[in-house]
Amino acid sequence: MLHTNTTRGWGIAIGIISILFLMGSSLVYGYTNTTWTDAYLTFFHPTTSNVHLIIRDVRLPRALIAAFIGACLGVSGAILQSITRNPLSSPSILGVNAGASFFVVVGVVFLSVQSLQSYMWLSFAGASFAFILVFILSSTGREGLTPLKLTLAGAAITALFSSFTQGLLVLNETALDQVLFWLAGSVANRPLDLLVTALPYMVVALLLSFIRAKELNVLSIGDDVAVGLGQRTVWIKFFFGACAVVLAGSAVAVAGPIGFVGIIIPHLIRSLVGLDHRWILPYSALGGAALVLLADIGSRYVLMPQELPVGVMTALIGVPFFIFVARRKLGI
Amino acid sequence: MKIFNRFDFTRHPFIATAIVFLAVASVMLLSAGSGEFPLSPTKIVTALFGYGDEFDRTILVDFRLPRIMMALFVGMALAVSGAILQGITKNPLASPDLIGVTAGASFAVVLFLTLFSDENNSLTVSIQWLPLFAFLGATLTALIVFTLSWKNGIAPFRLLLIGIAVAAFMQAGTTVWILMGPIYQASQATIWTTGSIYGANWSQVYVIMPWALLLIVISLLMRRQMNILELGDDIATGVGSRVQRNRLLLLLVSTGLTGVAVAFAGGIGFVGLLAPHIARRIVGPKFQSMVLFSAGIGALLVLIADWIARVAFAPVEVPAGVWTAAVGAPYFIFLLMTERKKGGS
Repeated sequence: MLHTNTTRGWGIAIGIISILFLMGSSLVYGYTNTTWTDAYLTFFHPTTSNVHLIIRDVRLPRALIAAFIGACLGVSGAILQSITRNPLSSPSILGVNAGASFFVVVGVVFLSVQSLQSYMWLSFAGASFAFILVFILSSTGREGLTPLKLTLAGAAITALFSSFTQGLLVLNETALDQVLFWLAGSVANRPLDLLVTALPYMVVALLLSFIRAKELNVLSIGDDVAVGLGQRTVWIKFFFGACAVVLAGSAVAVAGPIGFVGIIIPHLIRSLVGLDHRWILPYSALGGAALVLLADIGSRYVLMPQELPVGVMTALIGVPFFIFVARRKLGI
Repeated sequence: MKIFNRFDFTRHPFIATAIVFLAVASVMLLSAGSGEFPLSPTKIVTALFGYGDEFDRTILVDFRLPRIMMALFVGMALAVSGAILQGITKNPLASPDLIGVTAGASFAVVLFLTLFSDENNSLTVSIQWLPLFAFLGATLTALIVFTLSWKNGIAPFRLLLIGIAVAAFMQAGTTVWILMGPIYQASQATIWTTGSIYGANWSQVYVIMPWALLLIVISLLMRRQMNILELGDDIATGVGSRVQRNRLLLLLVSTGLTGVAVAFAGGIGFVGLLAPHIARRIVGPKFQSMVLFSAGIGALLVLIADWIARVAFAPVEVPAGVWTAAVGAPYFIFLLMTERKKGGS
């Protein structure tokens, strides 16, 4: 759709404006009635009124967290689909979510961990552990690191960790009760501290992957050709794998496992801007952020006054759109 | 395990299949013999032929055998279903869980648990209807996926994408229903989605047995169409194969197998994904040998998983679905790491 670099550049600008608008909406709309004026006053003439408190302490963290983890998940999905050369792969398929959930559940069951802060470190550790395991497993053997082996090792590790998690939860119903809300993934009721802790990692990984996005283009023409052109493919894969795990790991650490964003956003983006990763990655960041923000706003309205987990809403919003694109255009 | 490397089973798939089914038979015997009241193999055989202790017979025939038979057929059905799906889509990640069949069944089951239970958390209709609901959920979801991906025929890649999307949608729906219900239902639903053959009885076995066997035989009869489809649409059309008709037929067979398996065993995962890969790595990609071998591996996985589920933490039951991956994934990873020649996918 966007064929020239000028239109793509304008697209980025429009994207950023839409994200800002969505973040604004996230501050304003919800169970407690507030207006755009309230939001403006909260930041420039703050008072201690309830409305201002809600906007500043409840909705602002939510909006920021939604935007950042959406961006991380989108970019991480785009990277992983490129290095595994499988359009079906995503952080959750490569074991990131399963590893994080497993570590958190182990922490809850055996170490009686309770604070969100410790959930965060546990899940980050679990995500990285699972992913590094997947990388090591798929690089051993004669052929070295092939996309197929990476994908399969990811699927196997995911299977292993999620079955352990389920086993622990079945044996221990109180733990199920305690972590069910975390396992569903949510951007609500997470203190801003969590995001602040994870933010440096997210930003560095995002910037690094944007800067070196060109190398992903080389990978997509195939390992043999890439090696022939003088690229060190293993190093590229390792570098981007590390970026992807930091992104997905910090996203799951802050908000719990949120599926689906990482898998659909890159598809939608590729059908919009084509196959150049220098554009795919930033657009995926914007697209992911927009989807999670939208889903989070939507999640407040479906079962009012109750809220849906945002992972549910990303699916409910994303699926119809995704099916439309998948039907319209093959080979996205 | 060295033997698998030294001996080339791709040239002798028959021997490999015989070995795997021998293993299946021994695990069945082992599982039948172990439990709170251990039975020796001789006692098992005498009890099977209607002799021996009345007590032994009851334990074996009424309690252990139905579960074992159920595990056998569920494992075979899931593995064959996955083998067909991976062959059709040519994607190593394809499995019945991925394209929404299992998610549809889960949704139907959670719906069933919520719609037909009163405020005391007891069901208002017989639990015997649950498998039917699960089967309907699985097949309806599959039909939705096929319809949505139909556009002058089913392109495999579109099928996978739309399957994933529909699966995510169904999972979202399931989560919503679970969240709106009481915690008791949440734990019931968690057990179901993990997959377990805890309550299997003979009448269920009599339903799954002919159904699974018939569909597996059909898929074997379609081996040539399957092998041709794996060459790609253009070549398949070129050699005169009716690509779309065959593909749809095979997809229906695959869905039917998953549907009947999840109906009785819940969301036992990973069998459909892992068994065909293990098979392909040992006997090679030819469909007829691969599919039989996967059936054996699938049965082995579920049998061992159910045996561990029953015995390991007795008297607590850890659902079999937990163990299928715990048993299968390490072996699969071992195969991945030690692979010598280029593995098919």
